Amino acid sequence: MNEYSQNEMMTIAAARSLRNEDICFVGIGAPSAAANLARLTHAPDITLIYESGTIETRPSVLPLSIGDGELCDTALTTVDVPEMFRYWLQGGRITVGFLGGAQIDRFANLNTTVMGDYQHPKVRLPGGGGAPEIATHCGEVFIIMQHSRRSFVDKLDFMTSLGHGEGGGHRQRQSVKTRGPTRLITDLCIFEPDPETREMTVMSIHPGVSREQIQDNTGWNVRYASHVQSTPSPDAAELSVLRELHARTRAAHAAS
Amino acid sequence: MATGLDQLSEKQMTVSGRARIVSLHEAVAQCVRDGDVVAMEGFTHLIPYAAGHEVIRQQRKHLTLIRMTPDILYDQLIGMGCADKLMFSWGGNPGVGSLHRFRDAVEHSWPQPLILEEHSHAAMANAYDAGAAGLPCAVFRGYVGAELRRVNANIKTIECPFTGEQLAAVPAIRPDVAIVHAQKADRRGNVMFEGIVGVQKQAVLAARRSIVTVEEIVDDLGPRSSNAVILPSWTVTVIACVPKGAHPSYAHGYYPRDNNFYIAWDKIARDRDGFLAWMQTHVLDRR
Repeated sequence: MNEYSQNEMMTIAAARSLRNEDICFVGIGAPSAAANLARLTHAPDITLIYESGTIETRPSVLPLSIGDGELCDTALTTVDVPEMFRYWLQGGRITVGFLGGAQIDRFANLNTTVMGDYQHPKVRLPGGGGAPEIATHCGEVFIIMQHSRRSFVDKLDFMTSLGHGEGGGHRQRQSVKTRGPTRLITDLCIFEPDPETREMTVMSIHPGVSREQIQDNTGWNVRYASHVQSTPSPDAAELSVLRELHARTRAAHAAS
Repeated sequence: MATGLDQLSEKQMTVSGRARIVSLHEAVAQCVRDGDVVAMEGFTHLIPYAAGHEVIRQQRKHLTLIRMTPDILYDQLIGMGCADKLMFSWGGNPGVGSLHRFRDAVEHSWPQPLILEEHSHAAMANAYDAGAAGLPCAVFRGYVGAELRRVNANIKTIECPFTGEQLAAVPAIRPDVAIVHAQKADRRGNVMFEGIVGVQKQAVLAARRSIVTVEEIVDDLGPRSSNAVILPSWTVTVIACVPKGAHPSYAHGYYPRDNNFYIAWDKIARDRDGFLAWMQTHVLDRR
C-alpha cells in the first residue's frame, strides 16, 4: 500500500479524467499539476493550452504563473491573447477546460469574485479571469477543489461562471451548447451531474473517506449515485511521476 | 464616449510620426498626465515595472488604470494612491494569492476608494482588439449566465443582424496612454516583441499615446521570423531604454521571471507600513 496525501489523490483522480486526445485549457495550480501528470503518464499526446497563448506546451516543471517562460519555450506555437480567446476558446477548439473557485454550489456554478456583497465585499477575490467563457466554450469542464464547508455552499455570494445554473436544462435554455461541468474532483470524492437534475452527485469516494466526512464538508444535502464506486488508490507510477514533477518544480523555482 | 475625429489618436494625426528615443523620466513626464486613462500591459511576461515605478515617482494622481491581470505593479500603483479607477479581469498574485493593496483599497478604501470596472479576460482582449481596429465596441460570445452583467453597466447585449443570436458587447478600450515593455528597438524606433506577446500590440495601437521601454536599443533588429511582432516606429510615441525594466516579470531571451520575488511580495504588501517602507526604499528613493 502506497502512502499518499488526500491532495495527491485529488490531483491523480483529476489526471485520470483526461484523455490522450483531449485539447485541454489548463489553469495554474492543481489543474496544471493534473494536466501535466496526465501527459507524463497515460496521455502523452494530450494538447495543453494555457491562456497566455501557449499552444501544445510540454513544460518540464510546473509554472508558478500562467505565463512563465517555460510554457513558451516548450510550446508548439504562442499566439497573442485576443487570438487565444477568440479563435481557440470561443472558436470551439477546446475539448476540456479546468476551473476552480472559492465557492461552488450543488449545480457547479462557481464564485471567484467576492465574499459578501459585490459593492462592499468582506473579501475581494481575484475575479473571473478567463472563467466566464471557459465555462461555456469548452466542450466540457472539470472542476478541482478542496472540499470544505466554507467552499461548498448552499448559495454562492456571486456567480462568476455558469455551471448547470438552476439545474435541469438551464444551460440549454441560455443557448449554451457545451456540456458544462461533467466532473468535480475533490480531495474526498468525485461528483458528476445527475442526468436529469444536473445536481452534482457523488459517483466515487476516495479510499478511507466516509460519507459523513463528505457531508460534514458540504453545505448542502449531498446526493449519491445508486452505485457509488471506490476511487482506486494512486499507484506507484502515478505517485512517483507526480512527486518528481513537484520536486523538479521546487528546485527550478528555488534556483530562479 | 469618443466619436469621429476624437477616435483618431494623436499619433495617427501627427504627420512627423517617428517614435522619439528619450529617458524614462522624460517619457513619463511627456506622456502621462493626471487623470489619464492608462493601460500598462504584459501578460505575465514583459510587464513594464520600471515605467510604472516612474509614474509613481512622478506622483501621477486620479488615473484610470486598465490591465487584464493587475498584479504586483498595479498593487503598487493602487497602494501609492495613483488610481481612482481600475478596469481589469483578474487581480491576483499569480500562483501566490491575493493582492493585499488592491484588496485594502476595495475592502477598506485605503489609501483612497477605488472604483472597479470588472470584466472577463475574453471581454478585455476583445475590447483591446476593437480599440486597435478603431471600432466603438467589441462583440463576442460571452458572459452567459455570469453575474458581472448585473454589476457592470458596460456589459450589454447585441443581436446579430444575420442570425439573431444574442451576443455580448463591451466598449472598445481607447486609453490616453499605453505603456509596454519589449525586448528591443532599433535606432529608428521600430519595436520588436517575442515570446508571450499578450495584448501589447493591441494596447499600443488602441492608445492615443504610447511609451515603450526596451531591454536594448540596437542598430538593427537582426535575424527574426517575418511574423515577429513588430510595432513600426510611426505607431509609437516615445521609447526609453531600460535594461531589466520588466523585473520581477521577465523578458524572454534576457532574464527569467523572478518567481521568488512574487512569493516574497505577499509578505511585503500585507501591511500598510511595511508596504510604504518598501516603496520608499525600492521605488521612491531610486532614480
